[in-house]
Amino acid sequence: MRRFLSLGLLCLMLLSITVTAQAQTNSTASSTDDTAALELLEALDVESYTAKSEAITAILQSDDERARDWLQALLDGRLQRTEDGRFVLVLENRGRDWPVADVLTGEALGEMSRRDLERVGINNNLRNQLRSAIAVVDLYSPNVERRRTSAERLLGEVDSDLVQPINELIEQEEDDQVRYRLTQAVAIYRAEAGEMEGVEALDGSLHPRSRVALSRAANGDDPVVANAAAASLAGIEQQLKINRGLETLYFGLSLGSVLVLAAIGLAITFGVMGVINMAHGELMMLGAYTTWAMQQLLPGQPGLALILSIPAGFMVAALAGVAIERGVIQFLKGRPLETLLATFGISLILQQLVRTVISPLNRTVITPEWMSGSLVVNDALSLTLNRMYVLGFALVVFAGLMLIMRRTRLGLEVRAVTQNRAMARSMGIRATRVDIMTFALGSGVAGLAGVALSQLTNVGPNLGQNYIIDSFMVVVFGGVGNLWGTLVAGLSLGVINQVLEPWAGAVLAKIIVLVFIILFIQKRPRGLFPQKGRAAEG
Amino acid sequence: MSLTTESSTNFWLTRPFSERSTQIFLGVLIAALALVTLLHVAVPADNPLHIGAYTVNLFGKYLSYALLAVAVDLVWGYLGILSLGHGAFFAIGGYAMGMYLMRQIGDRGTYGNPVLPDFMVFLNWDSLPWFWHGFDMAWFAFAMVLLAPGLLALVFGFLAFRSRVTGVYLSIITQALTFALMLAFFRNEMGFGGNNGLTDFREIVGFDLRSDATRLGLFLATGVALALGFILCRAIVTSKLGRVSVATRDAEARTRFLGYRVERFQLFVFVVSAMLAGLAGALYVPQVGIINPSEFSPIFSIEIVLWVALGGRATLYGAVIGAILVNYAKTIFTGVMPDAWLFALGAMFVLVTVFLPKGVAGLFRYFKRRKRDDTATSDPNADPNSTPKEASA
Repeated sequence: MRRFLSLGLLCLMLLSITVTAQAQTNSTASSTDDTAALELLEALDVESYTAKSEAITAILQSDDERARDWLQALLDGRLQRTEDGRFVLVLENRGRDWPVADVLTGEALGEMSRRDLERVGINNNLRNQLRSAIAVVDLYSPNVERRRTSAERLLGEVDSDLVQPINELIEQEEDDQVRYRLTQAVAIYRAEAGEMEGVEALDGSLHPRSRVALSRAANGDDPVVANAAAASLAGIEQQLKINRGLETLYFGLSLGSVLVLAAIGLAITFGVMGVINMAHGELMMLGAYTTWAMQQLLPGQPGLALILSIPAGFMVAALAGVAIERGVIQFLKGRPLETLLATFGISLILQQLVRTVISPLNRTVITPEWMSGSLVVNDALSLTLNRMYVLGFALVVFAGLMLIMRRTRLGLEVRAVTQNRAMARSMGIRATRVDIMTFALGSGVAGLAGVALSQLTNVGPNLGQNYIIDSFMVVVFGGVGNLWGTLVAGLSLGVINQVLEPWAGAVLAKIIVLVFIILFIQKRPRGLFPQKGRAAEG
Repeated sequence: MSLTTESSTNFWLTRPFSERSTQIFLGVLIAALALVTLLHVAVPADNPLHIGAYTVNLFGKYLSYALLAVAVDLVWGYLGILSLGHGAFFAIGGYAMGMYLMRQIGDRGTYGNPVLPDFMVFLNWDSLPWFWHGFDMAWFAFAMVLLAPGLLALVFGFLAFRSRVTGVYLSIITQALTFALMLAFFRNEMGFGGNNGLTDFREIVGFDLRSDATRLGLFLATGVALALGFILCRAIVTSKLGRVSVATRDAEARTRFLGYRVERFQLFVFVVSAMLAGLAGALYVPQVGIINPSEFSPIFSIEIVLWVALGGRATLYGAVIGAILVNYAKTIFTGVMPDAWLFALGAMFVLVTVFLPKGVAGLFRYFKRRKRDDTATSDPNADPNSTPKEASA
């Protein structure tokens, strides 16, 4: 125990050192930036327009995030100097007094009389230079990320003035992605101008802007170009259809993974133990609130808090589950309908408890940076990362549960007690202890589901309620007492729901799925994968 | 064995009244109706004993809940089917009544359209959906109050009982049924007023819904419906059909082996129960003045079961007591400390199932038996209406 403590302390120390060090480097970096930036701006305020032009190029080549704003302000005549030589941005040049902001920090400096300000002047040549420069300003940045976003912005924005500088940039560019985007941007311009070369280059491109360009080309005057463009378009439509299918599948699997997570704990308590726990959803809610509480305890460390809440959420829900089992369910053994009612009462109490103690409103759980954003497969298909993590998490939890049920002593005992309680007891298995452990396991998994859900939906007192009916449906559909059945049922219901959604709408899709399950149970009362043998006769 | 065993007085007309508890219950019910009417009409308004129109209305609401509870007790107590979807039948009956009341508004709505209800005008519909036709006629609407829930129960029950879905599975799919219906009725496209439901009613068969006299009339009508529904249920459970259904509850497989077509008995009782629930809903709607999809919510359906459990399962009169007790408590709680109501409701669920499995009616019997044991009269039929053995899934 002591060793763990000292280890923890050490970790904390290391963490604080790195954090302070980082903070220091940040502050020094920004102060050198500002001196350099001032020099760049200073160079603009000269008489000679040739010198000004060079100064503009210098600003373009500096990797300063504010360069775009400065150049835009210069173009609009809003870059001005005060009498004491300070550079300011005029936010609105109307009336007598103008609101201004500091050019370096962007901090508002209040209003200044227009007489106290002097404009940094430009001429028409500079104006043209600035216009094309602003469009491509970030393309000169040494930062790859910014070149990429800037190149993406250029799609469909290229005009005759820009083609030349962009072609030059393409030759210099080292990053494949930026080069690809720039080529595409030029191709879009060419295709819209009705050039065959552009149409050919756009073949197979899934970007919506490319399609616009191609359809314009398809309506062009030159029949050869128009035909080629139409053929390309047809191919692209085909591709898009496949991608849309993949996207639906992904969303379906994602929804399915949520259902699996919600139902898999139930598959243990209901499927294996035969206990109806209507408070299962509220155990998920406890897991989600644990995540929230963790993030409150560790402000500024959402990722760490999330990882720590996996074991914490499991423990909280498992303990609550044990309390429910010992406090209520054990007295109702063999009376499933009464168990259902009692645990429903518990779910009401837990919900109201959260409303009273924490708040009736939803709480925000922060998504850590490494989980936000999305994985871009191509222009038509990008997969959100948080859903992917939840999908992976669901599969890991499933595999873990399978291992426990198949490979551990606990799993063996659980199966023995479910199949024949009296016989198992006479073989020396402590059935009561097995009950507690199983229920704790099922409840703990509900807690894990809650932790995962906190990344996808609102964390509020009603979180569990929304999932309880769905989870029971999944378990019953999959076949009670069969974990594989739960996995298959959850994932397939998720996919079915997503496939139906586009043409039926979200609510109707859900209704259709519910009615489908109700009818399915009539046809096969024991689910997709019924248990075989005498245990199933009940 | 919930049946009396007399043979000579076993005539179908008198049989439902053969039990002492039924006679007491009906006596108390009629006395209560008379008393409320008297205190409302004959006692002047400034007298502390006077019962205001609001309270009469509230009592009427309780009585319609009581009828609903009797319907649930019929299937749960005597057939062993824990329906978590009876709220759906109640709501459908309520919607049928609501549609009639909507059509009665006529051109007095906000938009003044003589045929289309306000919400349809608002949605820019130009004609009445097919299922709204006929609801301007009272007889048709009142028939639909019974037929619509009955038909749903018939189809659902036919499918479920034929494939021998029982126990917990049946409970869960009834819950799914009402959940699906709730989602459906929330949609504007369904043509039932969506989220807001049907409201703003004016009159029922020519009587102004806002007048005190109509409220008293509705209260009395609900009381009479409750008495008739109760007698009907007693008639069912004391008949041979009732015996088979109790046998099904206690040992479904054995009853089937004895040669009974269990699913037919189940279906019949289930449909009757659904119709009673629909009637309760139809009486409820004009008294509260609104019907919306929240009546379909699974929580409401499960609450009904609590009323029955609290009052005492398989007694019928217990269901009435439970419904009135719980709803009275709800009125008090939500008025005094609204936050505590869900705690109280949740605690009731737990405490009743763990400590009071036979409900309030079980307590009555317990004291009755103690008294009888004290006076030391030995009677072989001391407890003719013993509470059922648990029907396990």
